[in-house]
Amino acid sequence: MTVRTPAGQPSREPLLQQVHLAVCFPGGGDTTAGADFASYERLARTAERGLFDFLLLAEEPRPAGPRGRIPDLDLDLDLGLDLDPDAAGRPEPVTVLNALVALTERIGLAATVDTAFNEPYELARRLATLDHLSAGRAAWNVAASTDLLARVAEFLDVSRELWDSWTPDGIVRPFAHRGQYFDIAGEFTVPRSPQGHPVVIRPCDDSPQGREFAASTADVILTRHGAPEAARALYAEVKGRLATYGRDRADLKIMAEATVVLGDTAAEAWQRAAGAGASDGRRSFVGTPESVAAEIDDSVRTGAADGFVLVPHPAPGGLDAFVDRVVPLLQERGAFRAEYAGTTLRSHLGLRDPVWKG
Amino acid sequence: MTPPNGRGLLHLAAAVDQAAAHDDVSVHVELTRLAESGGFDFVTLGDSFARPGFDALAVLARVAPATARIGLVPTVTTTHTEPFQVQAAVATLDRVSRGRAGWCIDVSTTEGEARLFGRRHAAPVDTLWHEAGQVADVAARLWDSADQGNAHPGHSPVRVVDATDRHARATAARYADVALVQGTNPGQVGAIRAELQASALAHGRDPDELRVLAALTVDLGDGERAAEPGHGGGGPRQTAQGPLYRGGPVDLAELIAAWHETGAADGFHLTPVEPRRDLERLVNGTAALLQHRGLLRTFYPGSTLREHLGLGRPAHRYAVTGGTS
Repeated sequence: MTVRTPAGQPSREPLLQQVHLAVCFPGGGDTTAGADFASYERLARTAERGLFDFLLLAEEPRPAGPRGRIPDLDLDLDLGLDLDPDAAGRPEPVTVLNALVALTERIGLAATVDTAFNEPYELARRLATLDHLSAGRAAWNVAASTDLLARVAEFLDVSRELWDSWTPDGIVRPFAHRGQYFDIAGEFTVPRSPQGHPVVIRPCDDSPQGREFAASTADVILTRHGAPEAARALYAEVKGRLATYGRDRADLKIMAEATVVLGDTAAEAWQRAAGAGASDGRRSFVGTPESVAAEIDDSVRTGAADGFVLVPHPAPGGLDAFVDRVVPLLQERGAFRAEYAGTTLRSHLGLRDPVWKG
Repeated sequence: MTPPNGRGLLHLAAAVDQAAAHDDVSVHVELTRLAESGGFDFVTLGDSFARPGFDALAVLARVAPATARIGLVPTVTTTHTEPFQVQAAVATLDRVSRGRAGWCIDVSTTEGEARLFGRRHAAPVDTLWHEAGQVADVAARLWDSADQGNAHPGHSPVRVVDATDRHARATAARYADVALVQGTNPGQVGAIRAELQASALAHGRDPDELRVLAALTVDLGDGERAAEPGHGGGGPRQTAQGPLYRGGPVDLAELIAAWHETGAADGFHLTPVEPRRDLERLVNGTAALLQHRGLLRTFYPGSTLREHLGLGRPAHRYAVTGGTS
């Protein structure tokens, strides 16, 4: 039997404000269609060497068509039509992460999966399987390309009902859910997973409803605010909403997407940054390792974010310089872990295990 | 390399399913490595929404980096999952295993499984297999179109269909690269093989591009002395779970060589009743003997599952190009 990892309850608020770090693949605007498995392996190993909280795999846009579906198979039509040749062979994040489980030990593994193209039963099963195989390192970045927020919310509710349908001591109980969008019943095939629920990440939606939804239900939200003032305002607002839902400020981590350009001198870094192109609205850290480490530490101390999701340059080695030169400086400042304290992603992020709702 | 009997090399596959529902994945890794050390073409791992268990494709994705050459074939059901998701997961297993993926195509027939999704009622089995064939076809077309720009074309994941159920046979004949068939003697297996080949030809396929493996459950627990009437050297016995061979690894090698000699099957898909015990005996007893006789590979000359099986382009290409590859 799979042994449940004794994650323990992480300490809630460390003495010093700790920075959380993650990396996003792919790192640039390039398609991942050509990315071979070795490039995932390289990035995962580098990020784990840097003691990052998690690796996040993005999802490519779907081919065109109603809800992106391949033409209905019940119809007798030429299936050669409407198929986007670029769509095939694109990596499916959950499967890539299951393979990366074999090559990593501690780093969290986050998959971007769109609710619009999945059914709760199957997706919840695949995510629970990833959480088991990785001994508690799974996360789901809940993308919703075309779904209404209400459907996304119900999808997430159903998923959590399924994850809660086995008791913590391994007894399966039937579930039944009847809602506006889903009407399902039966038994879930996977026991409660090591983290209880995989970590739930939500990209920040700037609408008030989107922020409310994130505050009510997400474990991590991803933001893309370049200006520190705007980031601090968003941070304060979202954290301020948590109490309404009976949640502590530590129960939701706000992580901002960021790019980093390093140089031996500030001038060299800025020269490189000019060549690297726009940061696409993200926070951009440009400078020497010392100045970038200070800026990251300062951003977290002053309430702009709980951490950053780095979007490295897609070229090989894009993350190595950060891990080799900036991470040690963050550790010296006491702002970043010197080793992984726990084994689960929830423990890395300082998140409580979810309460089992029997 | 042609073995002494003038037929192609044997193709062996093994099931790595475990008896308990949620087993340690390290055992899947161990069993797959064992099968790889015996030169097997591929391992299979079953899946169903109707019983407890992990997602099989996920488990074999976890196994992939821990192995180097052997093919990895999870069961993938097509009834309730969007076709795009099906092909994306299978194609990604192929990517993370560097060309070693297959999928054992299956359908979900029960109302209980339908209720887990809440989108449709249970449908007639014939309808479900027709759909499964279309999903396989869509997937192959997508992969083929992606291959146009790929430096290593022809790595389309191998399609396996268990053709035991008559309802599955048309889909197997039309779309499968590998069909699994059951029989307690070469005559039965050969008859189903002939039926599948005739049907494949009728669909415009080259029948030689369909590999037919005889499916046997094997119990090597009591060794060579277990040969009782209807067992061991006498051949497998029909059970509710299909043909069961009970005996020793040496007699099993004799049986496999004899069936292969008749041309009834291209090889065998073996399901050990006690995976850790029986697979070890299969590899170190049965497979070693078959290798000694020159019937089974001693190393993998190729790196992809298609190469192990001696398969060229995906079958549907024959309909389009008339058989060049």
